[in-house]
Amino acid sequence: MTLAVFFGCSFIAFGPALGLCLFSVVREPLRVIILVAGAFFWLVSLLLSSLVWFIAVKASDPGDEPLQKGLLIFGVLFSVLLQEAFRFLYYKLLRKAIEGLVALSEDGCSPISIQQMAYVAGLGFGLMSGAFSMINLLADALGPGTVGIHGDSQLYFLTSAFMTMVMIFLHTFWGILFFHGCETQRWWEMVAVIFTHLIVSGLTFWNPLYLGSLIPSYLLMFATAAWAYVLSGGCTQNLLRSLQGQQSETSPQPGS
Amino acid sequence: MMIIFMNSSDSEEEACNERTSLISADSPPAASYQDGLQAPEAAETQTYRKRRTGGSCSPSDADGGNSDSGIPVREIAVDDKEEELTLKYGAKHVIMLFVPVTLCMVVVVATIKSVRFYTEKNGQLIYTPFSEDTPSVGQRLLNSVLNTIIMISVIIVMTVFLVVLYKYRCYKFIHGWLILSSLMLLFLFTYIYLGEVLKTYNVAMDYLTLFFVIWNFGAVGMICIHWKGPLHLQQAYLIMISALMALVFIKYLPEWSAWVILGAISIYDLIAVLCPRGPLRMLVETAQERNEPIFPALIYSSAMVWTVGMAKQDAASRSLTQQTWDSAEDVREIHDNSAYVESEISEARSPAPTHPTTSLLEDLEEEERGVKLGLGDFIFYSVLVGKAAATASGDWNTTLACFVAILIGLCLTLLLLAVFKKALPALPISITFGLVFYFSTDNLVRPFMDTLASHQFYI
Repeated sequence: MTLAVFFGCSFIAFGPALGLCLFSVVREPLRVIILVAGAFFWLVSLLLSSLVWFIAVKASDPGDEPLQKGLLIFGVLFSVLLQEAFRFLYYKLLRKAIEGLVALSEDGCSPISIQQMAYVAGLGFGLMSGAFSMINLLADALGPGTVGIHGDSQLYFLTSAFMTMVMIFLHTFWGILFFHGCETQRWWEMVAVIFTHLIVSGLTFWNPLYLGSLIPSYLLMFATAAWAYVLSGGCTQNLLRSLQGQQSETSPQPGS
Repeated sequence: MMIIFMNSSDSEEEACNERTSLISADSPPAASYQDGLQAPEAAETQTYRKRRTGGSCSPSDADGGNSDSGIPVREIAVDDKEEELTLKYGAKHVIMLFVPVTLCMVVVVATIKSVRFYTEKNGQLIYTPFSEDTPSVGQRLLNSVLNTIIMISVIIVMTVFLVVLYKYRCYKFIHGWLILSSLMLLFLFTYIYLGEVLKTYNVAMDYLTLFFVIWNFGAVGMICIHWKGPLHLQQAYLIMISALMALVFIKYLPEWSAWVILGAISIYDLIAVLCPRGPLRMLVETAQERNEPIFPALIYSSAMVWTVGMAKQDAASRSLTQQTWDSAEDVREIHDNSAYVESEISEARSPAPTHPTTSLLEDLEEEERGVKLGLGDFIFYSVLVGKAAATASGDWNTTLACFVAILIGLCLTLLLLAVFKKALPALPISITFGLVFYFSTDNLVRPFMDTLASHQFYI
């Protein structure tokens, strides 16, 4: 519980996402706006799902532990579904925005493509989700205390940071997949996103059995990353070339 | 206060284009107002121009004083070429507003969270005389509503007073007033702030060093704000002043009164800007009729400008400031009013915000267009977020939620401005979102997230 824990956990949780932001989002004003709007949409979905959970809790007996836990699980699942619903709504809004952008531009093409929007929107969702999960923890990490003194896991902060990181990444990739599914009318891609989101949230029910929640989540994250990469036009050749530091001229840029 | 996205008062006559509005701060010369011509292309460009200008219309013009009649024609030609830039331009100007608003909020939240002075209850302003220490909820509510009524009446009176002063051309009085306010803000409030920060971190400073620091800070601030100075320095000073004002409000407004006042101010902003007899609207129209800047006040400007004098007529003939005045004028004034009233009447610590920024009458020919935002908006946004940070049970989620809500409100306001092309108040949407998100996050989301965190579930 020192500055070391604070900085360590915040960089674990937000480092990659901030790196993504810094290198791809902050230079373009339009992307910043889409990022913030994505964060807003996630926030609204959280608000509505908290409302539902709150009503359910108030209407039930507070002393009944299993019931409360059941309500919490229900709240989590409902929240996941609502988040995906809002992702869809955001997709609709961005579609309309692209049409507006195209109409306004001189050469008839939008300054930003739907794939870029998908990426930024996913990142916005992820950042907000991560921030809401992690910020209070980080504030507590700055203060005095001992982790797990009452018998809980001592790795609480660390695992929370890793879980946050994986959630941010997952939201980004889900954004890409979801928007692609909406664009190309492949409903099964959207269903896959919803399904994986439910699975990842469900895996966290096994906390503090971190092996059960973190490792599968990371595996899922890598799988989703590969899928999103392929959908964005990437191929293994590009990957190898970029790793070797060469520019690939013939293949399209991944991501737009 | 209220940020008004004002359109030139002749909004009924012509389609308001940022350019045209900016140009004709005052009465549009018949020739120049060729909005009809511009209408087709302007219609679209306006959407985005408006967006970035956020109220570019009239008030700013009046202020900017660069009522350039001759420019419209030139503008039309330029419009075509620049149309493809408008979109990026529009988004760019939204970001130009995001950054200073964020900075101001960050300063306020950082201070609130670290310096305990600003969260301690230490008396109230005389504008909010009713105390909230009563045990019953009904009584407390009643007191806060009464406080709000008094505060808003004071603001209305001051605004009307300012409009009257302006109508009767008492410029010297207004200037002196504003300079006095900025003096108080830059020296006294900075001294108090510095004292509290030093106390918090237990840093000793002798009076000689303190005098040196405060004197330099204040003197350079006065010069930058009222005369000329490097743009970023000026912006930094304006942000600092807004943060200081917001901190004073956060400290001296009782809790429930603060929230009710925020809501009431948004409603007042809405009324004052959209009603035909609203004081702000009248002020802007008067300024436009006279073809002069309303008067220097606090406006945050994000573009390179070189300062021209206050009612300098050559400036007016130059190319229009490409700055979009987000109701800077109106906001300023109103802000000046309220701020000034407080400073005058209340005790020394009352806020005395708004100083005129005479130097802001700029004109940019080739320079990039900038965006202007009245400091009243900065202040009230920061008050909302600061109050959320101060009172939301130590929860950072609420602060973050209010922050995002305000940014989105700002974005939406700029968008609406582009769509409606007339004066729109900037406070209502952001403050409404902020209030809704504050109360709902504090009461609904917080228990949910806390319960999730205790079980380490992730959604």
